[in-house]
Amino acid sequence: MAAFSSRSCLQYLLHLAQDNLDFRLPEIKALLALRGKPFRPCENFREKSPFWCLDGLSEEDVRSIMARSVCAKSAFELWGHGQTHSELRTSLLNFPSDIMSPFMHKDSTYRINVYTFNKTLLFTDRIKRIDALEYLPFEGTVSLKNPQHIFCLLEDYGTDPNNIPEHPIYIYFGRWIADGQRDLIRSHSVKNRHFIGNTSMDAGLSFIMANHARVKQDDLVFDPFVGTGSLLVACSHFGAYVCGTDIDYNTIHGKGRSSRKNQKWRGPDENIRANLRQYGTQKMYVDVMVSDASKPVWRDAALFDAIITDPPYGIREATRRTGSHKDIAKPAEGVLLHSFEESHVPVSQAYHLSDIFTDLLNFSAHHLVMGGRLVYWLPVYRPEYCEEMVPLHPCLQLISNCEQTLSSHTSRRLITMEKIKEPEEFDCLAHLSDPRFSAYQGHNAFREKYFCGLNKKSTKENNKSDVSGD
Amino acid sequence: MKLLTHNMLTSHVKGVTKGYPLLIKATEVKVNEVEFNPQFVSRMIPKLEWGALVHAAEELGHRQDLPGELVQDFEKNEDFLKKVHRVLLEVEVIEGCLQCPESGREFPISKGIPNMLLNEDEV
Repeated sequence: MAAFSSRSCLQYLLHLAQDNLDFRLPEIKALLALRGKPFRPCENFREKSPFWCLDGLSEEDVRSIMARSVCAKSAFELWGHGQTHSELRTSLLNFPSDIMSPFMHKDSTYRINVYTFNKTLLFTDRIKRIDALEYLPFEGTVSLKNPQHIFCLLEDYGTDPNNIPEHPIYIYFGRWIADGQRDLIRSHSVKNRHFIGNTSMDAGLSFIMANHARVKQDDLVFDPFVGTGSLLVACSHFGAYVCGTDIDYNTIHGKGRSSRKNQKWRGPDENIRANLRQYGTQKMYVDVMVSDASKPVWRDAALFDAIITDPPYGIREATRRTGSHKDIAKPAEGVLLHSFEESHVPVSQAYHLSDIFTDLLNFSAHHLVMGGRLVYWLPVYRPEYCEEMVPLHPCLQLISNCEQTLSSHTSRRLITMEKIKEPEEFDCLAHLSDPRFSAYQGHNAFREKYFCGLNKKSTKENNKSDVSGD
Repeated sequence: MKLLTHNMLTSHVKGVTKGYPLLIKATEVKVNEVEFNPQFVSRMIPKLEWGALVHAAEELGHRQDLPGELVQDFEKNEDFLKKVHRVLLEVEVIEGCLQCPESGREFPISKGIPNMLLNEDEV
């Protein structure tokens, strides 16, 4: 084992939550990039493990990652590790005492936690584990309630709940540095949010999206399919100024039927601004507008630091845009907007998924600042999915592509792209890389597949009710 | 609608070549206090069309002494940044409309929210 010569050689241990596994690495990489730091895992790195050891970071870097991460639970300064307790002992005794001692002197108070992954230990066994660490030169006083320093012994019993080994496969010991932001998942739950809709994004995923987008303080962030503003709530929490548009007049104005059980109509103050106010980020609110994402209402300039959105796939929200009757192949599918005195009543027509993505990528290429990120969801019919189906653009580099499984045959993929060059004349076409793979071209092609596996018999009924319903 | 948003919007009426900036016809304007953030204002200034901002503030009667030309070294000029902050984020059009300078098409603003949708024959 390499000797630790100075603080700069310290390793840090991240303990990650075992859900949304695909989303973790891009999140941590994005947060490291905000600090200008590369992702440098130690030997034997396994992405699916709940424990990652990282090299080349300072305690400040680790704190700043934990101040943002919803995938990481806790972070530790790693003092020792090994496959057995005796290996751990050797490793700990090799750790430089000058780094340990400031946290162990006789005036200090401390506590040692024992954490086991994929196994529950009896209380007496936990105590035994702590007693077994008596070779460490702790001189301070134990304080369970309010210690100055917290240490943790972490035992990894693998990831197979049906095959739990008797002894841990790996053991770590470290000084606790910080917890991640898992609390945000509960504090920002849509269950308690003032204004929601049928497709409001889950709080945890909203924060993950904001992290993948590298949203930071004083950014200007835009959501072209803003709905009830869940993504703006997450971005504003990280100090970004937010704005959004939606084609649905009722949603933007917070009118119409409520999405809540036992409540028929939306209340007078149900809107996106009120959501930000609920979480204390109203000062980050710029504007929302009723607008069609397929239309060029923004001046041609690099205005936004990030574009983050959940486009409608026509599953739970209808896909539509404004257009004339003559463009509509099947007039039965056109959906009329509700009429209001002060608003126009344009005919809206089906918005093909392929066009949604082409428009979104072209828009991002023009309106993102250099290095700015686009983060959006791509619906996938799993049996036919291949990487070539992910839309590309010459000005946007694919950064990550993470799957969230929805059912045995459907999923959605969180796509993150970064603007790497300004668009030129011939860069205007976002291509779905190969026409063979254009699963998104027929308006209902994806929807039909989505519903067909779900419930073959009632596909037709589903199609009818979902085109008009939101 | 804040003037920051107005500064970024353009007319998308079919055939229009000079759709920027949109004219503002306001019947109700409000000034809502927003926490001053000099870093954000400094980051936004290079992205602004300065002339359009000054003109919009003038139209609403909220220009005060906002200079016609962008000042040098604005990052260090807190007094100036505060003026820009007020115009960008605090002055809000609540009722009225935005008008395309070329076609005359009006986009209504109600309860502070612009409606940029066009009719089927205009797109």
